[in-house]
Amino acid sequence: MSSIGTGYDLSVTTFSPDGRVFQVEYAGKAVDNSGTVVGIKCKDGIVLGVEKLVTSKMILKGSNRRLHSVHRHSGLAVAGLAADGRQIVSRAKSEAANYEKVYGEPMPVKELADRVASYVHLCTLYWWLRPFGCGVILGGYDRDGPQLYMIEPSGLSYKYFGAALGKGRQAAKTEIEKLKLSELTCREGIVEVAKIIYGVHDEAKDKDFELELSWVCDESNRQHEKVPDDLVEQAKAAAQAALEEMDAD
Amino acid sequence: MDGSHASGSKVAAADGPGTQRTQYPYVTGTSIIALKYKDGVIMASDTGASYGSTLRYKSVERIKAVGKHSLIGASGEYSDFQEILRYLDELTLSDHMWDDGNSLGPKEIHSYLTRVMYNRRNKFDPLWNSLVLGGVKKGPKGEEKYLGMVNMIGTHFEENHIATGFGNHLAIPILRAEWREDMTFEEAVKLVEKCLLVLLYRDRSSINKFQIAKITTEGATIYPPYSLKTYWGFSAFENPSQGAVGSW
Repeated sequence: MSSIGTGYDLSVTTFSPDGRVFQVEYAGKAVDNSGTVVGIKCKDGIVLGVEKLVTSKMILKGSNRRLHSVHRHSGLAVAGLAADGRQIVSRAKSEAANYEKVYGEPMPVKELADRVASYVHLCTLYWWLRPFGCGVILGGYDRDGPQLYMIEPSGLSYKYFGAALGKGRQAAKTEIEKLKLSELTCREGIVEVAKIIYGVHDEAKDKDFELELSWVCDESNRQHEKVPDDLVEQAKAAAQAALEEMDAD
Repeated sequence: MDGSHASGSKVAAADGPGTQRTQYPYVTGTSIIALKYKDGVIMASDTGASYGSTLRYKSVERIKAVGKHSLIGASGEYSDFQEILRYLDELTLSDHMWDDGNSLGPKEIHSYLTRVMYNRRNKFDPLWNSLVLGGVKKGPKGEEKYLGMVNMIGTHFEENHIATGFGNHLAIPILRAEWREDMTFEEAVKLVEKCLLVLLYRDRSSINKFQIAKITTEGATIYPPYSLKTYWGFSAFENPSQGAVGSW
């Protein structure tokens, strides 16, 4: 009992003497070790991108998706434990479906983010539960326009112009800050997101990865969808070209 | 149970006293006409809905698009149709959320509806409709046209041309005589209008405001309502009570 937690890290229902809840912080570590996840709000919509680390060559391409649709108008990108993420996705789906059933209109993204955050937070309140080992970026489009939220394992949720989670989040955030998001279209945005993900990928530590891209924008009829294959290929090519240019310098 | 009423009497439900299942429809739409033609499927109906025998509503849409490849048309209880549309919305939503490049075609949606309708009939709580499902979707044999129907007791089949309600009696003979696989859209519209006009003359619950819809590989198109020209000078209409037994 001499290491970091010193006995106060065994339960989410125990505070440490200086007011921390270690279990929630550990959950955050699971997120920090994950492949990078990026979300940006462009002028006409949201782009989500994931660096999906592939642990084996035997895994079929396109499996273990980290980008999920929630209802028609929003999507969730998961960083951290993918299985925990699916639980959040399933909750988000039922919240959105239930809202539409009751009120006869699609759920506002703000409301959805609040409900999902409450659910995530709930799991930090009881000793018989474990906090989610994942953070999520929620992007959606409603009558108030495109919106981006990030929800952490603590249940904390903020609205963002650009958000990043996972290993490369620091580098990704500095890259996002350089973008003129208010002038960027989603079509340009997917290229930027691809560049960021390719840029922060650590070839030495993680060999293989798959780029996942999705968007909700005017071009996709305000529906959350995977970015069409041809656009993904273009973005990948642009990202790889940018990388080679950097290496040449 | 009061046994003195012959029909429409109250039947206590098996799940306890005080509940009652649908025993008759309230607001109903009349016939749907649908047929395959060269490029896809055409569907037509009038836009009336009756409250009992009263022509109560004059512009209800009884043909709707479902997903990317299908059209649904409904005769019968309009609120039940709205409920069915909610089921289908749920179905197409989950289809959308998979986002895996697959989508439900008319065949799958028809199959789903046959299960829903038969299941509800077995609960003695039927959805009081005849549903027509038409669509076009790429299959192993190229672009496949599909046209099928299912009714309130779960009977279902596929056909090249379908007519529900009164149309089943009055339009089917016309369709059998004049339908061809390779009809153009214009020819199909003509044939459909011929059926609609016969129904307008002989089905008291039809109205002169019609809607035509088509589904092709390009997707669904539902046209705005319009009226047909009528001619009431046929000799059969001149003295309807002639030869009739009775006081009128």
